[in-house]
Amino acid sequence: MSKRRVVVTGLGTINPLGNNVSDTWNNLINGISGIDHISSFETDGLPVTFAGEVKNFDANEYMGKQHARKLDRSGHLSIYAAEEALKDANIDTEQRLGSGVGIVFGTGIGGIATTEQAVRTYDERGASRINPLAITQLMPNSSTGQVAIKFGIEGPSLTITTACAASANALGEAKNMIQNGIVDMVIAGGTESGTTAMTIGAFAQIRALSTNNENPQKACRPFDKDRDGFVMGEGSTVLVMESEESAINRGVDIYGYVSGYGASTDAHHITAPAEGGRGAVDAMKKALFDAELTPNDIDYINAHGTSTPANDKNETAAIKTVFSEKAYDVNISSTKSMTGHLLGGGGAFESLVSLLTLKNNIIPPTINLNNPDEECDLNYTPNVPLEKDLSTAMSNSFGFGGHNGVLVFKKS
Amino acid sequence: METNEVFEKVKGLFVEDLGIEESKVTMDAKLEEDLEIDSLGIVEVVMAFEDEFEIEIDDEELADVTTVGQAVNLLHSKI
Repeated sequence: MSKRRVVVTGLGTINPLGNNVSDTWNNLINGISGIDHISSFETDGLPVTFAGEVKNFDANEYMGKQHARKLDRSGHLSIYAAEEALKDANIDTEQRLGSGVGIVFGTGIGGIATTEQAVRTYDERGASRINPLAITQLMPNSSTGQVAIKFGIEGPSLTITTACAASANALGEAKNMIQNGIVDMVIAGGTESGTTAMTIGAFAQIRALSTNNENPQKACRPFDKDRDGFVMGEGSTVLVMESEESAINRGVDIYGYVSGYGASTDAHHITAPAEGGRGAVDAMKKALFDAELTPNDIDYINAHGTSTPANDKNETAAIKTVFSEKAYDVNISSTKSMTGHLLGGGGAFESLVSLLTLKNNIIPPTINLNNPDEECDLNYTPNVPLEKDLSTAMSNSFGFGGHNGVLVFKKS
Repeated sequence: METNEVFEKVKGLFVEDLGIEESKVTMDAKLEEDLEIDSLGIVEVVMAFEDEFEIEIDDEELADVTTVGQAVNLLHSKI
């Protein structure tokens, strides 16, 4: 029996580049950076004072204060992106979606801002003054549950916390659910809103962040010789995934096919990638195998490309191992150069980018790539977008913990 | 403090802190059905009352409180 094909019929996103798909895409192909000085809290005394923040979004205005105050910001962003995606897929958001629809979400650090606030309250005023909603906001599955409640999603649910691979793994597990006939539709995505004074301090302690405080828009420079770390980002991206027959029966447009998923674990070091990107190689190969494609079939790679010295070097080595000579030919870009690192929300966002890249036949550039690094010598689409006929794309996501998730998309 | 003053303070808390629509907050309003304050929300309401009126409220005292008016009367008796 041939496998059920899985398609994407709805996209929703809120991220540093825009609060809808079209603004996001326009900024991506124009090489606009969404990174800036942090505006949502005081950064005095912090080693890093910039990030990719969601802008012009007022949760009270969007969902009403009585509802908004019950959720962490990650929950606000998740519901917003999910509603966008459902509407885009021509689904009536006033009706409960029921038990035939599942939900799989990824996040790295859940409602960390709520956790921090609750600890502060405990220290200052004692246990009896802790926000009684703290637990419901800080648990990593909070967004999954809140989106399910909002839209009446009663099928299977999963929350995946494989750090920066989380929402790539989420889409992969959603694909498996649909392919295996467990449900016909899954609302899949990822969210991160974990930029706080504490997380910036903690990531900076392990030298993971760029410290280019003078030039935030230039700070994220994947594959560039002068790269000095990643940039924190926030956002939520949701995809409506369903079986091809479900989409045809509903008569809706198809963005593309989720054709391949590969996952692996480095089992090497809690932050550093294995030498040569061994785990990444394995995940890319598995994704190609699942998609029944060879490296020569891939037209575009949306790289993990975090702008850390270690990731970009090892990802490059991994691509060379998988793609051999084709590695120098395939078009690659890191859109993190514009969004910053959306952590657990990154895989879903970059899947959205991959699908739009195929649909529009335009490859968004890697911005700030001015000084080539001899260890990063592939075709990363530096600074200028590229128009090209495209049929297939790969999206790489690798997380602290050694988690690797790779997805392959086909236009038809 | 008179009952109507307590009511005005309670209304203020509901509207300002909890984001509830002002017109919904009447003495007869049911906390759960009319104001959509669920079991978690009640804990928040109690915390807000305790801070505002500088009192302590035991869980048992709340057992029979289902409307704004009953909450106002409980508070009035404790101030």
